[in-house]
Amino acid sequence: MPDASLLGQVKDFANRANPYPVYAKLRETPVSRQDDGTGDGTWVAATHDTIARLLQDPRVSSDTQPPADRPRTGNPLTDLIVKPLKDWMMDRHRVFIFRDPPDHDALRAAVMHQFSRERVQAMRARSDRLVADLLDAKSGAREIDAVDDLAYPLPVTVICELFGVPREDEPKFHGWATQLATALEPDSLSDTEIRAKNSRTFDAIGGYMADLIKDKRKHPRDDMLSGLANHATPEGAKMGDYDLVATSILMLVAGHETTVNLITNGLLTLLRHPDELERLRQDPLRAPRVIEELMRYEPPVQFRTRRTLSAIDIAGVTIPKAADLVLLLASGNRDAAVFPDPDRFDPDRTGTRHLGFGGSLHYCVGAPLARFEAEAALTALAARLKAPRLIEDPPPYRPGAALRGPEHLRVAIDGIA
Amino acid sequence: MARTSERAVIVGAGLAALRGAEAMRAAGFSGPLAVIGAEPHYPYDRPPLSKHVLAGAIPADATTLPGIHGLDADWHLGNPAIGLDRGRRAVLLADGRDLPYDRLLIATGTRARPWPNPHEGRLAGVFTLRGRDDAAALRRALAAGPRRVLVIGGGFIGCEVASLCRKLGLPVTLVEPGPTPLARVLGSTVGAFIGAIHAGHGVEIRCGAEVEWLEDAEGRLVRAHLVDGSRIDADVAVIALGAVRNTEWLDGSGLSADPGGVDCDASGHVHDTDGQTDPRIAAAGDVARFSHPLYEGRRVALEHWSHAAAQAVHAGRLLAGTPPGEPYGALPTFWSTQGDLVVKSAGLTEGADAVAITQGDPAAGRFIALYGRAGRCIAALSVDSARWLPAHAEMVAAGAPFPPHGAAADRPKAIKILEPGFS
Ligand SMILES: Cc1cc2nc3c(=O)[nH]c(=O)nc-3n(C[C@H](O)[C@H](O)[C@H](O)COP(=O)(O)OP(=O)(O)OC[C@H]3O[C@@H](n4cnc5c(N)ncnc54)[C@H](O)[C@@H]3O)c2cc1C
Ligand code: HEM
Repeated sequence: MPDASLLGQVKDFANRANPYPVYAKLRETPVSRQDDGTGDGTWVAATHDTIARLLQDPRVSSDTQPPADRPRTGNPLTDLIVKPLKDWMMDRHRVFIFRDPPDHDALRAAVMHQFSRERVQAMRARSDRLVADLLDAKSGAREIDAVDDLAYPLPVTVICELFGVPREDEPKFHGWATQLATALEPDSLSDTEIRAKNSRTFDAIGGYMADLIKDKRKHPRDDMLSGLANHATPEGAKMGDYDLVATSILMLVAGHETTVNLITNGLLTLLRHPDELERLRQDPLRAPRVIEELMRYEPPVQFRTRRTLSAIDIAGVTIPKAADLVLLLASGNRDAAVFPDPDRFDPDRTGTRHLGFGGSLHYCVGAPLARFEAEAALTALAARLKAPRLIEDPPPYRPGAALRGPEHLRVAIDGIA
Repeated sequence: MARTSERAVIVGAGLAALRGAEAMRAAGFSGPLAVIGAEPHYPYDRPPLSKHVLAGAIPADATTLPGIHGLDADWHLGNPAIGLDRGRRAVLLADGRDLPYDRLLIATGTRARPWPNPHEGRLAGVFTLRGRDDAAALRRALAAGPRRVLVIGGGFIGCEVASLCRKLGLPVTLVEPGPTPLARVLGSTVGAFIGAIHAGHGVEIRCGAEVEWLEDAEGRLVRAHLVDGSRIDADVAVIALGAVRNTEWLDGSGLSADPGGVDCDASGHVHDTDGQTDPRIAAAGDVARFSHPLYEGRRVALEHWSHAAAQAVHAGRLLAGTPPGEPYGALPTFWSTQGDLVVKSAGLTEGADAVAITQGDPAAGRFIALYGRAGRCIAALSVDSARWLPAHAEMVAAGAPFPPHGAAADRPKAIKILEPGFS
């Protein structure tokens, strides 16, 4: 019998700084039933092979969200009429990361169509500029917090520029992004207080986006939101307003904390492997390799959840119908069957098959953008931080077990070049 | 391990030959190794010929397979084998030479079935498509902007060529004697779904029709006459009537071979006509006919790229002296790119008594068709839904119950069991 308390240990904050030994124990049973406080348990896939298979199994659904249930206000008119209507709208226009084909595919295709190479490429140069400005602002400092000073502000600005959010409104997005990041943390669903806060934030950002979209319809520009609002996909579909609002919020949320974590996990890992930091400093062209290995070694998204639509036989067990499933991406990334010497950080590995961006139909839409942003940040940090030293190792972590990363990453320096 | 003084000969210089040679070397065979090819080219890849090459995206000679120059082998190209003398253990070459062997791999593949009337088959504007030179010539003809292209035969190659013509903006008619395109391999139910997608892109499909003869003007094709008396004006015709296995050179060798292939046992060694295996000789790729363990030992000869590669690796190891382990029995897989449509399959549809659409919607142009026989899954086909194929391939490999029950993403509310429509 595999130890059924391991998923609990994954979620236990005490293991946040280093969950990998728990993952190694989980991999001893490729798919195991874990206690989750409910009688049904949660099924955890921990090996590369089983995760990759389940990611593209049609009996596995991403529709894990319970029906929308906005907090009551106490005002009978709102609670009886507006709430059910809004709940219904939210369910109907759920973001596509939580949807299955065919609806998922149509919405995703519309985004992919606008997420063109040229657009992403343009953000590459912008990322370099933004990073330079953020570091310039710290010139003279003897200590930086890689989270607050660089990693946190960068992705929001990038996504705002990509969408075409007016510069003066950008500060609002920083606040919204922080709050909504909790929406992707599986356990937040059961926390009514977080849900209440999130739905207020959704209202705020949703209202803002709806207005912005109207404006983009009237005055289209060369930005992604204008593109989504005004152009059909090659298949002829154009997104309706509600889907467009939901989708743009998804992009903000999915691309925010994840990218923050990639940058901070990256700097942390490089500071723990000073030879690699030095190699990157001398040869910035190593950045893409370093980043792929980081995506394997310290992936910002440690796991994703799913539900089974029917029973599945896999790796000697039968996952029942309607079971909760955890795909432990970060554990698959440490599977010795695919990555020799898996616990070694080695950017010279070839044949990257990591699961850090997921796989198959929900494979991360923003992967190219995230890579550019991390590249800009890490090459600049390697080049410009003089004699960087970690002040705390391990650093303090944010609560999330799925979207896992340091809350702060304080680094002592002799200055910024 | 084979003694190093032993000599290996590989007849055929295609995909299977190359993979077989590589596998022999990798397994430690260090004696002289000769590869004999009928064509003057080093091994090249055929799938792109009917896709990227015809589309003009890459030239025909950009298809050479990688890895050739790292291989320690003597190449005899443009010099086909014309006979096999097992008594003397020698392969006879067209230039009159004999090549002695101690280990022999037969990998001569197939050729395009020619148009039955040789004179008409030679007309300017009439093409078959098997080799690199065929593809280069057909590409030139398509690039010249013919008024209409006639594709004779609605199998995979015919469908690929016809849909590609539409992508090039060329008017095209596909004539197929069966009830639908692809009916022989996929059955007419699924064939009709795929045919409808091509028709939607403007391929004019004439099923249940047969071309009787090709008319020319001064040696150039001008039109085709159908058995029903109708005519189709066309200045290019592509004959896509399937393949014939290259086994004539084995006549008189005593091996069990005919136009359907050369027979092998479970390990990959060839049979002679008395049913004895010849432990010095193996066969692989399109030319090999063998009993497939996943299909109750039914004898099959596959025309699948991935099969040719995998079976050749198996045969190469065998000839290098590695004791045969498991019989060769990989789940057959195949893909075909038809215009923008990607069709993939796992397993063999032959013998199916039922088919069901388990995901997607044929009317939307993307779906999974699962084939069953006696209550078990035997094959799966994806049309623009390749991401779902692996899970279905597992069901096929495991012989899971058919029809599948339970829900799945994008699955019709009730799974309808259809007649597959094999004639
Ligand atoms: C246009 C086209 C498109 C295709 N597309 C796909 C696809 O999308 N997916 C897929 O799975 N498969 C596809 N195939 C099939 C795939 O290419 C074959 O399965 C594969 O080439 C088989 O390899 P082989 O080495 O067994 O045979 P071949 O590739 O036929 O090689 C055999 C070689 O032997 C030579 N030869 C023949 N007789 C002699 C002789 N007597 N002496 C010496 N040499 C001889 C031939 O000239 C040839 O070069 C396609 C085939 C064609 C023609
Ligand atoms: C390092 C940064 C990032 C990481 C680690 C990451 C990781 C992931 C992962 C693991 C998934 C798969 C989810 C699943 O299978 O359930 C995913 C999906 C997604 N990501 Fe990212 N992501 C990153 C950055 C971004 C960015 C910058 C954007 C947008 C600009 C973005 C947008 C999305 C979207 C929209 C999806 C849903 C795709 C779908 O459901 O089809 N991501 N991401």
